Amino acid sequence: MTGLLLSLFFFLAGAAASLIFARRGRWPSYLGAGGVILGSICGSVPALLVALGAPPQSFRMAWDVPYGSLYFGLDALSAFFLLPIFLITAVSALYGVEYLEAYRGEKALAAPWFFLNVLAASMVVVVLAHNALLFIMAWETMALSSFFLVTLENEKESVREAGWTYLVASHIGTAFLLVLFVLLGRAQGSLDFDRFSAPSGAGTLFLLALAGFGTKAGFVPLHVWLPEAHPAAPSHVSAVMSAVMIKTGIYGLLRILTFLGPMQAWWGWTLCIVGLTSGVLGVLLALAQHDLKRLLAYHSVENIGIIALGLGVGIVGLSVGESFVAVAAFAGALLHVLNHALFKGLLFLDAGNVAHATHTREIDRLGGLLRRMPGTGATFLIGAAAISGLPPLNGFVSEFLIYLAGFKGAVSLNASGSVPMLAAISGLALIGGLAVACFTKAFGIVFLGHPRSERAALADEAAMGMVAPGFVLAGGCVLIGLFGSGVVRSMGPLISSVSGLPSIQVGRALAAAANSVARVGEFAALLVAAAALLCVARMKLLARRQVATAPTWDCGYASPSPRMQYTASSFAQPLTETFRMLLQTRCVFTGLEGFFPRRAEFHSHTDDPYRSRIFQPLFHSISRAMASLRPLQQGRVQLYVLYIAVTLLVLLLWQIA
Amino acid sequence: MSQLINSILVFLVLTGFMLLSSSRLAACIRAIAIQGVLLGVLAIAMQDGRLSTVGVLLPLITAAVKGLVLPWLLFRAMREADAVREVEPLISYNLSIMTGAAALALSLWLGQRLQLPSHASPPLQVPAAFFTSLVGVIVIVSRRKALTQVLGYLALENGVYAFGAAAALRLPVLVELGILLDVFAGVFVMGIAIFHISREFDHIDTDKLAALTDRLR
Repeated sequence: MTGLLLSLFFFLAGAAASLIFARRGRWPSYLGAGGVILGSICGSVPALLVALGAPPQSFRMAWDVPYGSLYFGLDALSAFFLLPIFLITAVSALYGVEYLEAYRGEKALAAPWFFLNVLAASMVVVVLAHNALLFIMAWETMALSSFFLVTLENEKESVREAGWTYLVASHIGTAFLLVLFVLLGRAQGSLDFDRFSAPSGAGTLFLLALAGFGTKAGFVPLHVWLPEAHPAAPSHVSAVMSAVMIKTGIYGLLRILTFLGPMQAWWGWTLCIVGLTSGVLGVLLALAQHDLKRLLAYHSVENIGIIALGLGVGIVGLSVGESFVAVAAFAGALLHVLNHALFKGLLFLDAGNVAHATHTREIDRLGGLLRRMPGTGATFLIGAAAISGLPPLNGFVSEFLIYLAGFKGAVSLNASGSVPMLAAISGLALIGGLAVACFTKAFGIVFLGHPRSERAALADEAAMGMVAPGFVLAGGCVLIGLFGSGVVRSMGPLISSVSGLPSIQVGRALAAAANSVARVGEFAALLVAAAALLCVARMKLLARRQVATAPTWDCGYASPSPRMQYTASSFAQPLTETFRMLLQTRCVFTGLEGFFPRRAEFHSHTDDPYRSRIFQPLFHSISRAMASLRPLQQGRVQLYVLYIAVTLLVLLLWQIA
Repeated sequence: MSQLINSILVFLVLTGFMLLSSSRLAACIRAIAIQGVLLGVLAIAMQDGRLSTVGVLLPLITAAVKGLVLPWLLFRAMREADAVREVEPLISYNLSIMTGAAALALSLWLGQRLQLPSHASPPLQVPAAFFTSLVGVIVIVSRRKALTQVLGYLALENGVYAFGAAAALRLPVLVELGILLDVFAGVFVMGIAIFHISREFDHIDTDKLAALTDRLR
């Protein structure tokens, strides 16, 4: 616990120091990043030890706040979520030092560093808190500090809009959590987690937790803040938010599940449905996007969906007593939390490099960047392959575990039990295929072909400090891809604390799952070796020959120009056409006239259907209803005092009478 | 002794009406000053002859601050802000007095209903204290000038003080001194604020500050 308290100290010291030395040039960057990195190193040692099976620790201090106590607990579940938090925030902070340099002169850099440190500290406290009040306070601090990070470029209208959307969404989520914690603590009159008891209405509590934590995690339809806030934030912040902050929602959901007693099958069904809708809609909407970071944000929705799907399959398995199904699915879902943190952090950092070099996030204005930005391009490719769930990378391992659970469940369960399993298998396959299509589009249009704008043609590779973090994360993706079985074997304490199964049973199931993963790892290693062999062979063959580059066959065009390349929307069109019903893409096409057509225009735009169909009308009607209260605001102090006085008097009379 | 207490309480109620009915700022400030002195005497009279040094000294200090220092500050603020010496109410004086009468009726009814945990206190005490507070609220709500708002606040505070005496609250010396200091500092700051408002906007009419609202007109 000392290490974690020390890490909190470093975060807060980094926050304070970056404010104190705000006017000293690059000092706030160095101090702020130093705080995050030192704190992460200190904290990750105890987290790693506990995640690998050391006994849980706790730390408790009295607190003056009613019902509050400074009660921190580090168990396997906390430790597992702490690891990516520390890794991603540290790497992002390292990246941020160079990235924020572009803003120096026009922005005070102390603020983003202060808030990044506060965000890191609050995420750690959220995961460690064993008292509801402490949890809620850290949860709100997390929302607020990330709000201020999102609105760094607050001179832009779109950024302010995104910030408000985020703030409103997170507060609606917190409202559910407040009710949830009060209900949980009511029986014992204490808000400490270890005295929570499951009252009779466990189902209601589950739904409250699903809505409250689902808003943060980004389950459809509560995801609407995600595609707004992530593109608006500076890239290293998007990486932290998308890779680890939204995972605190998953953490919260799992933590609450441990209080609710035996899990019921319909919870699993619900999670499967939520996961499938989030996964499919997330990836479809991603496919239709033109903004690189917005595309990545929708992929976060997709991956959160995969995680929810895994948890759902696990709960269904648990409720019918199929321990292998439960263990493999939970292992897959939790490993996907870690994996998504790695590759999504990587992808956002690389997207930041692209935006930094070309000053645009419009995919259709990029192209041919692989030649100019080889490091960024190579790591992006690894991340793209990983997020699409392709072997030999980490995304495949976690999705494979969920498939494994699904197949086992589909074979061994009765008819009604096997429905969610089959749905999970086919849904996961659909999601995986669409993700491959989407990242073929993203990587192909951005990094291959010829530059579509002058900015893209003049792009330069980012500084070392912005490329190296990507390589660290890409290394993580490859390592888990190759040695996933070891990671799966070490997840025993975690899985047994989440599922409540005895550790021997979990260990046996995990060993079986890990064996399958090991086969995959061996196969992946063979694949890598074969690819390397082919490379060597190519080099050998070309060694004594003249190698020249020439244009590819251009179908007889006399002078192909970069504008004739596929665009992001034309590449995705066959798929977006197929799913037109769900996407409702709006196209503007002026049409071509005559034999020698002159000017023509084509635009396509895909709104978030939930935002434009559900939330906007809802909030508009609320605000219309509230407008009738407007006459109350007269701007007169006297009247406001009268409101207060009348309220108090009425309360007094009501109490007395 | 109860004769004295009752007459003080009646006077307290009368000063409330004075505050509501006067059209001159100076008279209102005087009403507040009289209330302050009355409360000091009330606090001493309430001790039933078992007097202690602190028990006498503290009410005396209170009376001095509320009866002399605060009025002096307020008169100075009035002079410096060069305010029109009229109260300028939002509602008519007649209506003010009628509201005051309604408040008195309400207070008397409340005085009957409200069960105080302490021993028997004079029957008029809770109503008088309540009435004084309500008068403060009425003044705050119905008057336009920033200075009258301060007066309303002081009346409110006086009511709370009288209620404290009614509930026979024996507050520690430090707390009582702290409250006194709070009131003093509050009025001091408000005096300065009024001066600045009047210098900035050429008036101390809070009504016109309504222009600062974000409401679309």
